[in-house]
Parts: sequence; C-alpha cells; structure tokens
Amino acid sequence: MNYTEKEHLLKSLNAGYRFDGRTLEDWRNLEIETDLISTSEGSARVKLGNTEVLAGVKLSIGSPFGDRPNEGVLMVGCELLPMAYESIESGPPGIDAIEIGRVIDRGIRESKSVDVEELCIVPGEKVWMVSVDIVPLNHDGNIIDAGAIAALAALKTTRFPEIVNGVVDYKHLSDKKLIVEKEPIAVTVGKIGDHLIIDPTKDEEDVLDARLTCTIGQDGKFCSLQKGGETPFTIDEIDQIFELAMVKSDEIRKQL
Amino acid sequence: MSKLLIEDKEVVVPGQIVAEGMDYLPSYGTYRLGENILANRVGVVSLDGKVIKTIPLSGKYIARRNDVIIGQVFDIMSSGWRLKINSPYTAMIPVKDGSFEFIPRGADLSRYYQIDDYVVCKVTNITSQNLIDLSARGQGLHKLRGGRVVYINTHKVPRVIGKKGSMVSMIKQATGCKIVVGQNGVVWLSGEDPKLENLAVRTIEKIDRESHISGLTDRIKLFLEEETGTTLEIPKEDLSDEEIEAVNFEDSEENLSFEEHNNNSNEEKYEDE
Repeated sequence: MNYTEKEHLLKSLNAGYRFDGRTLEDWRNLEIETDLISTSEGSARVKLGNTEVLAGVKLSIGSPFGDRPNEGVLMVGCELLPMAYESIESGPPGIDAIEIGRVIDRGIRESKSVDVEELCIVPGEKVWMVSVDIVPLNHDGNIIDAGAIAALAALKTTRFPEIVNGVVDYKHLSDKKLIVEKEPIAVTVGKIGDHLIIDPTKDEEDVLDARLTCTIGQDGKFCSLQKGGETPFTIDEIDQIFELAMVKSDEIRKQL
Repeated sequence: MSKLLIEDKEVVVPGQIVAEGMDYLPSYGTYRLGENILANRVGVVSLDGKVIKTIPLSGKYIARRNDVIIGQVFDIMSSGWRLKINSPYTAMIPVKDGSFEFIPRGADLSRYYQIDDYVVCKVTNITSQNLIDLSARGQGLHKLRGGRVVYINTHKVPRVIGKKGSMVSMIKQATGCKIVVGQNGVVWLSGEDPKLENLAVRTIEKIDRESHISGLTDRIKLFLEEETGTTLEIPKEDLSDEEIEAVNFEDSEENLSFEEHNNNSNEEKYEDE
C-alpha cells in the first residue's frame, strides 16, 4: 500500500469503514481446527480471514535449568516461511518472526496457563519440555493474534505420550492431557492516523503508525504487552486500547 | 481415424488427452505427443473446425504487445522505472516513454513516479528474453493517485470488462466508483462512499469467482440491485449474448481490452499465438 492509498484508507476510516467492509472494531471470520497433525502431541490450525496459521506441540523429556530444578520447560517459536508471503525470504528467523514467537511465548508464560511444576518428573534430572512451533501458512496480517489462538488451541488438545521402560513412545498417546488453565488471548490494536483498529490485514499492517499487542487471561488480567511501530501512543489512547482489548478478547474466547 | 475425446467447452487439465489422430491440429494451450493432442493448461477446450485450443482458467499474466496494464514501481534507475506487473517477469518504463513532459538528462526521476506508485501503461515491446518495455505516454495512460487496488485472475479480466465495457460500466453506474481494469489483472478503484467502493470490490471478486458459470451478467445485475436497492439500466443486447460469451470469451477480449480506450489492433495482439 503506498501513501496515496493510505490517504484513501484514512478517508474510509473517517467514515467508519475499512477496505474489506469491516468496521474499525471487527474481527475477521475465525475458524479453528484442532488435532490435525498425527505426529505431534497437540496441533491446531487457525484461519483469521485469509491469514492461516498452523501450530504444533512437541513434548520431550530433558533436564531442567539448573536454577529451576523442579520446573518443566516451555518454549514457543515462530518461523516465517516464504510460502506465507511474497516478500518473506528463507533463512534463519528474522526480527519479525522472533518478535511473533516471543510475544506469544510471553503471553502463555506470564499468564501462568501451563503449570510448569506439573511438568517435573524427577526434580533436577528429568522434566517434560513443551515446545510449541508456530508456522504461518498464509500471511494476511495479524499473525500474532492468530498465532496466539493457534498456540492456545494446540496446547489445549495436547496429550502426553506413553512412557515405556523410561523411553517416550510417541506412537501411543496417553489420556493424560496437558492442563491449560487460563486462556491468554492476544489482541493487537493498530493505530492509523487517529483511528484505532483491531485485527489489521497485511495491507493495513503495512501502513500502521503504531500497534500495541495486549494479551489478556480469562481472569481479565493483562499478562503481556508489546508495542510496535514508530509513533507514540497518548495515555488516553492506551486507556482506549485496554478497554477495547478486554472486550475483543472475550469475543474470541467464546469461539474457542 | 481421428477421434475427439473431449466435448467442446469441457474443462481439461494439463496432460489430459483431448484428441487422438492426426486430423486435429493443436493450437494455444495444447500440444501434440505422438498421434495425440494433449492439453497443457487448466482451461476450457475450444474447437474451431480442426483446430483445438484451450482457453486458460488460471495462470499468471504473460505480457502481450499493446496490452494496457497497471504496474507498480519498485525500482528507479538512471534509465527509467522498473515495475511489477503481476507477472513472472518485471517490466521497464524507459525515461523517454515516462511522461508527456520532456525529461532532461539527469533529472530526479522520483518526481514523476515514486516507488510504490501505480501507473497505467501500455506494453510497447517484448523481447525473446521476456524483457518488457512499457510506455506511460499515450491516451489514458497516467499515474494513479489515491484509490485502492485489487488483484484478480488475468484470464477473468475480459469478464470484468464485459462486452464493449458493459460489465464495468454497470459496476460504475451502481457504485459511482472510478474503475480502471488492467489486462494484467490489476484493478484500481476509487469511490467517495467507502461502502459502495467495498461493494464494487465484492462485485469484482464475485465475477472473478463465478465467471465460468453461465448467466453472469444477469447474476451480477441482480447482486448489484439487491445490494444498492436501485434498478439498473443495461442495454438489451448485452444480455442476449451472454450464453455465447460465457465460454467463448476470446471474442469479448478482442472487442475491448481496457475501459473506453479501444484502439488496439486485434491482429497484432494475437500474432504470438
């Protein structure tokens, strides 16, 4: 989107409409499909409009960190593949992919959704390591929110594999589920001109002045924030964003 | 004895045998393998006597001379501007064809077209190495300001334009938008009312999606009338030709290539085929 298109978008936003016909505070159509990768312990595919994200959960046994001997390990990573969008290059994860992974990671970690002490098998020696991998299949904006929903949905369907003679048998999953207590939902609010929008498309993302991602748990607690873009927010705007994010996260939670 | 395995207007996939025997001749979108004629595009088979061709349903834009297209500037060089044209190949506007104005040597070329600008231009030359030259000097060729751009399937462009521009003028009439359709599947629109502009986009996307189903003009007219709540006036003859037009859109493509600017020579356009 070039600057003249942005001016045109601003005119449209002044009238309360976006290019795709949504109002400023509408989500795109959300579809969630779970348990679709047979080789993973938990998986989910989320479609948010044309944005499509796949998340998979892998459970493995490893040793805990030295300073936290009775806590399991939780890792969330994101990889942006060239198939997702034309300008994405292959190679080691870039700054965008790292940001997406870390914001989602922070949301799940700080909401304390996954009880890491439950993942301990032998303190100081053996713990479960939970790694969540997020792969955008099609990038039409708002990968963070879609990825957070996918990661959450995948974690909720995760089942522990059987352990036979101390070795993990990935072919057989037990009935024991990974407990995910709070449901952290990420809501990215973007700012274009004086307007605040949620769930920006790729075109809108390209011309965003600033964005703020708020991750909110079921209990209404904010567990993470991430600011992006070059323009600052005023305090009033931040207040508006928080209120908006609270309402909008509930809308998503109902669809889980 | 030659045998035709596919009926006229049937959809074929690459590698599918369309006809057996030497009595039929392969044309665009088909090739001969041994004694058989096979399709090499996904498309609708079109029989013209003994000549078999496929009219493609998908695929990227391949430039042809005199096409009026919309490109987006992605690089400015000393010799001109490079544009993305929704094709596997990029195109170039040389400085001498950049503008009606005289552009002196060493001038700042970003004064004319900046990076990311959309330009309506015409294909002037294509080399065997697929180097594409464009011109922005000519009737109706200009830089696009404001508005928005949608991408559609290039092979559906003739359906979006319609016979003698009937479809696009119907959308313009219903929505009050300014619309420019490039042969490369890039459509630019600009309207005062965002709601109506969105309707125009949805209509174009609907045509892109449903153009192979017959009765298109009627359906689009009904759709626009339902959405706007007004009655649209369209010339009678456009409706009567609909059924023939639905599959054989090569004809409509010849009738017009772009908006009102209809000064293309048909012979030249098809010389490659």
